[in-house]
Amino acid sequence: MTVVSKKSESPIAHLSPEDVEELGRELDAIRQEVLDARGGSDAAYIRKVIDVQRKLELGSRAVLLASAFPPAFVAGTIGLSIAKILENMEIGHNVMHGQWDWMRDPKIHSTTWEWDNASTAEGWKHSHNELHHTYTNIIGKDNDLGYGIMRVDEDQRWYPFYLAQPVWNFINACFFEYGIAAYDLELGKNLKTPKDKRPESFKKSARATLAKIRKQATKDYVVHPLLSAPTGSLLPTLAANFTANLVRNLWSHSVIMCGHFPEGVETYEKAAIPEKETRGEWYLRQMLGSANISGSKAMHLMTGNLSHQIEHHLFPDLPSNRYAEVAPKVKALFDKYELNYHEAPLVAQVYSAWHKVVRLSLPNGWLETTNRSNLPGQLKLLWAMTTGDRKVRRVAQLRLDQQARRLAAARKVEKAA
Amino acid sequence: MSSFAPLLQSRSGGSGTRPALRARLERLANAAVTPLVPADYLDLFNPLRAGAELRGRVVAVEPETADAATIVIRPGSDWAGHVPGQYVHIGVDVDGVRQWRAYSLTHGPRRDGLISVTVKAVPEGVVSNHLVHEVRVGTLVHLEQATGEFVLAPEVADGPADGPADAPADGPRAKLLFVTAGSGVTPVVGMLRNLFPATDDGVLRLPRSAHLDITVVHVAPSRPDSIFRRDLEALDAAGAIRLVARYDDEHGLLDVSRLADLVPDLGERTTYACGPGGLLDALEAHHAEAGLELFTEQFRPANLVVAEGGEVSFTRTGATVDADGATTLLDAGESAGVLMPSGCRMGVCFGCVLPLKEGSVRDLRNGEVTTAVPGEVGPEGIRIQTCITAAAGPCHIEI
Repeated sequence: MTVVSKKSESPIAHLSPEDVEELGRELDAIRQEVLDARGGSDAAYIRKVIDVQRKLELGSRAVLLASAFPPAFVAGTIGLSIAKILENMEIGHNVMHGQWDWMRDPKIHSTTWEWDNASTAEGWKHSHNELHHTYTNIIGKDNDLGYGIMRVDEDQRWYPFYLAQPVWNFINACFFEYGIAAYDLELGKNLKTPKDKRPESFKKSARATLAKIRKQATKDYVVHPLLSAPTGSLLPTLAANFTANLVRNLWSHSVIMCGHFPEGVETYEKAAIPEKETRGEWYLRQMLGSANISGSKAMHLMTGNLSHQIEHHLFPDLPSNRYAEVAPKVKALFDKYELNYHEAPLVAQVYSAWHKVVRLSLPNGWLETTNRSNLPGQLKLLWAMTTGDRKVRRVAQLRLDQQARRLAAARKVEKAA
Repeated sequence: MSSFAPLLQSRSGGSGTRPALRARLERLANAAVTPLVPADYLDLFNPLRAGAELRGRVVAVEPETADAATIVIRPGSDWAGHVPGQYVHIGVDVDGVRQWRAYSLTHGPRRDGLISVTVKAVPEGVVSNHLVHEVRVGTLVHLEQATGEFVLAPEVADGPADGPADAPADGPRAKLLFVTAGSGVTPVVGMLRNLFPATDDGVLRLPRSAHLDITVVHVAPSRPDSIFRRDLEALDAAGAIRLVARYDDEHGLLDVSRLADLVPDLGERTTYACGPGGLLDALEAHHAEAGLELFTEQFRPANLVVAEGGEVSFTRTGATVDADGATTLLDAGESAGVLMPSGCRMGVCFGCVLPLKEGSVRDLRNGEVTTAVPGEVGPEGIRIQTCITAAAGPCHIEI
């Protein structure tokens, strides 16, 4: 993918500024419809989810007290994994977005909620709500794009160390909550700064995050296993907690990758965003910068309704249980304005996102131009690019670009025939 | 391990270790459920338990008139009791939104531990209509402890401290006048029910109330619309009180300056008045001129003005600024030098949320007005996004 402003065929070229503002008004109207209808049944919904989640967590942890007994281990681990996923996805993420602030219930409120995650609510609200949702998919401003450690766009220059990015991405997936905590803190940037020059705000947040991680780890890896010790279940309970955290990390990483990473989702360059972006322009960027996951009701619940990523990005403060009913109206607007509503099943989106990670870990055009017969030659070229200097890389890249252009031209001819 | 070692140590201690053990168990429980607290789990099973936030459960809804009902509530274990005439703040979810209102308690303390409030549905009253017409038995409501100064002095309520309790009829008599209007009758009914309990055999005349000489002037739009009419009439018939009912449709509007015509011995009586602001203002002027003692309780706070723009007060910093209807509270605060929290400045991130304690604000995206009336919002006020709201009249923001 290339940033929208550099594409030969821009997906928004057919829209006039008036169209964009009209689109904004129509989306505002959809938002208002939900605000007008929002009420007791929505409040009952989130209270029910919280009630079920807490009972499931409590029940699973109780079962795990006897996790030396294998069926208890299996049932408890599955239950705890689901409870942890619900807590982060459908409850924590959405409450912290202020989706339920309108209930004026101080216990279910963006200003008071703390979640079961290594990152603090405070840090998350800043990096996610403020930066990611405001600067969605603007390269260099939205840290969700590659978390600052990955190559997410053709326009970013390729260096040999990007070859390892599928591995990093997998490691990040396994320990995702710590990855989030690190990037909430802008750890990379701050660690590069000399110790005495780091901002006071960083030191404060870092202390808070470490305290949070200690509490989280004490709960999952000390208190719960020790409480299970009398039945000889210390180690199985420790393993169950580790597994549940791992499952949640892999799941939430997958869901979040699906939201903005699949092939075909647009990215933006900083310079192309107007100083005063209008509401319509902001809406349009959200529409093209997000991708949905299609699937069952249970799937939507387990993703915290981030399966409706497009709707969530348009209306981040609408209650998550309303995204499903909003989706057809939003989709109709995509059709009306001839925009691409990016939606696919979970497996396809995860594959697509990983495909992009792998493709961009390699020099531009390498994966496209490689087939079984030219593999040895391509590998030799890649080796040369990896071990050679800048000049070697530039020459090799030119060759790859040329091959890719020829291939594209040949495909066009084939298609025409 | 650190959470556990002290727990074991405390066992070997002496008799003074119980509180220490308890504190350690609490720490252990907290460590086991972080980032929640144990109460979050206990609330799932028993929201009325001791130690919980004060709540209550609706156990009955008894219609009083076509538009009034008594809501009987079982309060949580930590309910500290009340004195007749006091009121209680009740937080109730209407259409999913927590709303707080103050209602007078209609009974004195009851033997079964229940409390009740009697509510009249007022036109466009969000909470009163919900309580009268929609609330279901079993609903959980949020409570604060009973409060209010509008109570009878103990020597009036319990009889003279000296002298035999069973023969006070010859002793000094306490002469009282209650002036009530509309639903302002509620705290007065609370006091009267406590003094003269109604039973199946009629109104009880307890010795502790025998010294009381009570006149009630009750004002209502019409006889059928008058809540507690039957209670008042029964008390009158039993000789417990003298009722002077003034219905606007029969008698015309009450003229406070002619109160002495209705109550000839007005000068000997201590007056307790409860009703809307207009009536109380007139009574205060009248009694001040006549040099008479008056206790009042306003029943509905004055309506707040909703306007375009207004004076914004930042309660902690003490700054104030005049903001027009198009300036966001965030901009207004920053221009006044207040260190406002902020984020995306477009209504997305909720990083700028602050409590509105009093007054009205308007959402600039859709014009929706949010109003905080003191006493009708929770202790934390209404949290609003300052980056997309503007003053809609004078308002107080807590920062």
